[in-house]
Amino acid sequence: MSNNDTQGTLWEVFLQRKPGQPFVHCGSLHAFDKEMALQNARDLYTRRGEGTAIWVVPSTAIVSSSPEDLGPFFEPANDKVYRHPTFYQIPDAVKHM
Amino acid sequence: MEEWFDAKLQKNEMIEPKDWMPDNYRKHLIRQISQHAHSEIIGMLPEGNWITRAPSLRAKIVLMAKVQDEGGHGLYLYTAAETLGTSREEVLDALHTGKAKYSSIFNYPTLTWADIGMVGWLVDGAAIMNQVMLQRTSYGPYSRAMVRICKEESFHQRQGYESVCHLAFGTPEQKAMAQDALNRWWWPTLMMFGPTDDKSPNSAQAIKWKIKRESNDQLRQRFVNQTVSQAEYLGLTIPDPDLKWNEERQAYDFGTPNWDEFAAVVAGNGPCNKERLAARVKAHNEGEWVRAAATAYALKKNEVMSAA
Repeated sequence: MSNNDTQGTLWEVFLQRKPGQPFVHCGSLHAFDKEMALQNARDLYTRRGEGTAIWVVPSTAIVSSSPEDLGPFFEPANDKVYRHPTFYQIPDAVKHM
Repeated sequence: MEEWFDAKLQKNEMIEPKDWMPDNYRKHLIRQISQHAHSEIIGMLPEGNWITRAPSLRAKIVLMAKVQDEGGHGLYLYTAAETLGTSREEVLDALHTGKAKYSSIFNYPTLTWADIGMVGWLVDGAAIMNQVMLQRTSYGPYSRAMVRICKEESFHQRQGYESVCHLAFGTPEQKAMAQDALNRWWWPTLMMFGPTDDKSPNSAQAIKWKIKRESNDQLRQRFVNQTVSQAEYLGLTIPDPDLKWNEERQAYDFGTPNWDEFAAVVAGNGPCNKERLAARVKAHNEGEWVRAAATAYALKKNEVMSAA
C-alpha cells in the first residue's frame, strides 16, 4: 500500500464448497485487515451458499512457481512412470486390484 | 516469446498473469476489463434510483439483491484488471476523470418502474450474450470472473422478464407503461453490442487474440433472434418497422440503430452522462474518510502487533 493509496491491500480468497472438500481459490478482494477480508469474502463470494468455509490470505504471502521454469521445475516427475499404477502387471487371475 | 504466446493461443490455452504477453494485449485487456468493471458499478445507479420506490416489498428485496450483485461483479472485474499490473486507485481515477468509458446504456434514464423491468430483461439479456462469450476469453482471470458473473446474471434477466410480465398482463395503463419503456430501451440496447463490424477496428484484433470470440454484429443478431419471441409472448411491439423474419438466413432482419446518437452518448453527451459521473465521484469523495480511517486503523494494529 503506497502512502496515498487508500484502497486497502489485496487478499486471495479460498473457498470450501462442502465440508470435507479441498479449499479452492475463487478470487481476490481488497481489505484493510484480516477480519474485514473475511467479511468481504463472505459478502463477495458466498452470496448464494457457494461455500461452508473460507480462507483469506494476503496476496503478498503467496509464493508461486513461474511459467518460464515450467519445464525444468516439473521435470523430475517426467521419467518416473513407475509412480503410476498402470506401470505394474498383475496376473489376469487376480481380480479386483 | 511472441511465438510462445501465439502458440498458446492456438492451442486455446489460457494466458495467466505471470505469463509473457504482448504489451498491446495487456493494454487492451486493462482497458476492456476495467471498463467492464466501471459499467457494473455505474449500472448500479439507474437501478438504485428505484429501490426506495419499488412497488412491493418483494420487488424491493429483489432489486436490492440485484444491485448488490452488480457491485460484486464490479469487484471481481477490478481484481481481474489488477492482475495485469494496474492498481485500483489508477482505474478508479480513470473513471472519475472521464478518461475511461463505461457502457453507454447507463447514460439513459430509468423514468418509470417499467424501465427497471426493461433493464433486467433487455440490458442484462444483452450483457449476458456478451458475457457468455467472454467465459471463453483467452485471459484466465477475466474468464474465471465471467463464469462467476454469468451464473448470477441469469437471475437478473429472469427477474426483469417476470417484472415486465406483471405489467404486460396487468391493466391497460400498466401495459402502455411497459410498451413505452420498450420503445425507449430497444435501440440503446442494440447499441450495447458496439459499432458494426466494419467500423470496429479494436474488435478484429480482440478476436485475433481470442479476447473476444464473436463479433459485435454476430452477438447483436443472436440477441434479436432470441428476444423477438419473448416480446411477442408479452404482446408488446418492438419499435422497428424493418424487423422481419428472413427464411433464407434463418434470422431476423432488423433496422439500423441511430449511430449518431450512439457516438454522442459515448462522447459524453447522452441524457445522463454528467449525472452518472457526478454521482460516482460524489460517492467516492464522501467515502474518503472511511478509507482513511480504515487505513489508519490497519497501520496502528500492525504497529501494536509488531511491538508485542
